[in-house]
Amino acid sequence: MTNVSQVTRDQAHEGLVVRGVSKRFGATQALDRIDFDVRPGEVVALLGENGAGKSTIGNIIAGTFPSDTGHMTWQGRPYEPKSPGDAITHGIGLIHQETRLLPDLSIAENVFLGRLLTRAGRIDRTEMNRRAEEQLHRLGLDISPTRLVGTLRVAAQQQVEIAKALTLNARLLILDEPTAALGGDETDHLFERIDALRKEGVSFIYVSHRLEEIARICDRIVVMRDGQRVATHATAQVPVSQLVEEMVGRSVDRLFPDPGVPTEREVLRVEGLSNPSFRDVSFSVRAGEVFGIAGIVGAGRTEVVRAIAGVDPVTEGKVSVDGRVLRLRGPRDAIEAGVALVPEDRKGQGAVLDLSIGDNVVLPSLGRVARQGWLTPQRVTEVATDAIKMMTVKGRAAQPVRTLSGGNQQKVVIAKWLERKPKVIILDEPTRGIDVGARAAIYEVIANLARSGMAVVVVSSDLDEVLGLSHRVLVLSRGRQQGILPAEEATNSAVMHLATA
Amino acid sequence: MSTTSNAAKPLDAPPAERRLKAPSWVTGLLTGSRGPAVGLIVMCVVFYIATPYFLTQNNLLNIVDQAVILGLLALGMTAVIITGGIDLSVGAVLALATMVLGWTSHDLGWPLWLSALVAIGVAGACGLANGLGVTFTKLPPFIATLAMMSIARGLANVITDGQQIVGYPEWFGNLSTVRYLGVFTFVTFVLVVLYVAGWAYMRYRTGGRELYAIGGSSEVARLAGISVRKRTVLVYTVTGVLVGLAGVFLSMRLDSSQPSAGTGYELDAIAAVVIGGASLSGGVGSVTGTLFGVLIIGVLHNGLNLLGVSPFVQQIVIGVVIALAVMVDVLRRHETR
Repeated sequence: MTNVSQVTRDQAHEGLVVRGVSKRFGATQALDRIDFDVRPGEVVALLGENGAGKSTIGNIIAGTFPSDTGHMTWQGRPYEPKSPGDAITHGIGLIHQETRLLPDLSIAENVFLGRLLTRAGRIDRTEMNRRAEEQLHRLGLDISPTRLVGTLRVAAQQQVEIAKALTLNARLLILDEPTAALGGDETDHLFERIDALRKEGVSFIYVSHRLEEIARICDRIVVMRDGQRVATHATAQVPVSQLVEEMVGRSVDRLFPDPGVPTEREVLRVEGLSNPSFRDVSFSVRAGEVFGIAGIVGAGRTEVVRAIAGVDPVTEGKVSVDGRVLRLRGPRDAIEAGVALVPEDRKGQGAVLDLSIGDNVVLPSLGRVARQGWLTPQRVTEVATDAIKMMTVKGRAAQPVRTLSGGNQQKVVIAKWLERKPKVIILDEPTRGIDVGARAAIYEVIANLARSGMAVVVVSSDLDEVLGLSHRVLVLSRGRQQGILPAEEATNSAVMHLATA
Repeated sequence: MSTTSNAAKPLDAPPAERRLKAPSWVTGLLTGSRGPAVGLIVMCVVFYIATPYFLTQNNLLNIVDQAVILGLLALGMTAVIITGGIDLSVGAVLALATMVLGWTSHDLGWPLWLSALVAIGVAGACGLANGLGVTFTKLPPFIATLAMMSIARGLANVITDGQQIVGYPEWFGNLSTVRYLGVFTFVTFVLVVLYVAGWAYMRYRTGGRELYAIGGSSEVARLAGISVRKRTVLVYTVTGVLVGLAGVFLSMRLDSSQPSAGTGYELDAIAAVVIGGASLSGGVGSVTGTLFGVLIIGVLHNGLNLLGVSPFVQQIVIGVVIALAVMVDVLRRHETR
């Protein structure tokens, strides 16, 4: 930790040096001669669309798999990790987007997994707990190290992952979309921690889609596209439009399309809706309107829309569509009434990844697509081909959904409802984990749904997204409705003010 | 394989695998089960070279006759495994069905057709209980059917205090031995009909397609408005009914009812389904694949018997075949990912 300021010649620093690293998977050149540097105490942003190669380079640095060509040096010595364990021994840790912790083990056991401390052949729980607690404190976390990880919130679990890496004396942390599941406060907190650790000389590679965060926390930016490094910025203060252009390789002029003017006809009405996660939520949505629901993580956004879609039980209040009160005993009742939900967890709830696009598209409307219960593959293909064309999905009807990009998967999840011609379509986190270029296409789809006369409800933790798409925005905080703002009044600060109330 | 006019029904299978242009109904039949089909053919060629008697009509019919019981169990098991479940109780429920048949017809003096119906009904009720256990009490399928396996085996023994029941009317036994058109016995005819029906159901009926969705991701299926519980209960119940039928057929063949019948059959059935390309994690599998799986096991036993290989060695060979079949399948899937 002596050389922090002695960065003189290109390869002479104590950080990580990556030179000419390439990786090929089958027919895809995932990485093409990548060069970059991470100096001690530096936070380097790695930007790029999905498939640009960000995760691949992260995995190579973290020892998940080797590179085909090129070399790396770390702390002045050649660095060739043979396994993730090897990388950790060298002080390099990868924090995954989805945390990889064992929910039924305690925090301390998770932190020391694979290298449990022992004394005289027995596991030394006291010492493990003490050392885990030390790291939790370092991160400003006041939780007992004996708590089971499964009982923690996502944000806290992520901190545990970081604590784990720190306990192993990590000097370089690769953070893959660390804020994807975090709320505003939690993000601020994470950034404070990163800042503090940076002052201790810990380096970070920060992978994110959220450009405004990068300006806040990073020192430099490396932009990747199609496995190549397309730009390096010596500062993080780069106009967002320029970064987006570099990432997608073309200019993206208008991110949010115009959803048109809503009609006066009320379609969805929610009155006094309550269940254990939220209380007394009331609003109505007109045909052709895009209605946003904002709030920080844990505010109850997802819970509200799940209740409306009949997925979770309602204890009080009512939901009506076109003036008819729904009896919600399960998702089927909502679907029959014309309410469709595009859930937040695309892979776990939205699509069956191993089934084809066709089989996924017809899933909610099997009864309608089939003739007297008989369904030929030709008929499925026919319906799916229409949907693929309408939603401009890049794929064939027989292709498994797993092989599609996130954006195309999401289009399939939306497409599967269109055959039923829903009156209300609810999209929960419609662009989570989808890259910038593909997001514009999803926004276009959402605007089109509204223009076609559906009542559209959009839930998102990306505030710009809610504000950019919606005619009106409902703000939730801790399960309570804080207010409904029309688009003109729904500024970033007005919404955040309500959301943190 | 004939040359068809139009091989451009493009979406039956991924194009990369369509170098051999078979008629679309052939590709339709074989979707997802090319591996086991090839395996079966290779095995037949090897046994034919080793012993020409293998390919005689008599021997082939013999193989089919032997495969009936396993075939019925594996058919239900296919649907259960596709939904992501498993049924360990089929062997024990099979025994219970044969004992109910023997006891009601011999000790209670009921007409045989009625006894057969009741035996099938009892097995169906066991399946229903499995289904309710899995859905409403949320027991893992492994546990629910493990419990049923023990209960059914116990009941089968309780009925006659472990004694076997011997002797059925001649006409009853004839159903499994007398060939019509020189090929089908009544029993094999029923098996063929059920396989065609099962194949059509899983492939072309909405109910069948729903089972694949449930196995792929039950939460996705539920959010799409599919009655996951109802479907699941139905699958286990139908499996029970098929097992009951197998129990009746077994009594015909053995001319007796034995409480120890079907011990270990659940594992043979699972093996056949897995050899046929199904995945124990659900969502993948097919009736044609299972048919090949059943025939592979049947042919293997038969061929090795003809070659005079001891039953103990046969067990080893079958174990190796299961491991190889699944290994090849996993590798193939991994490559297409």
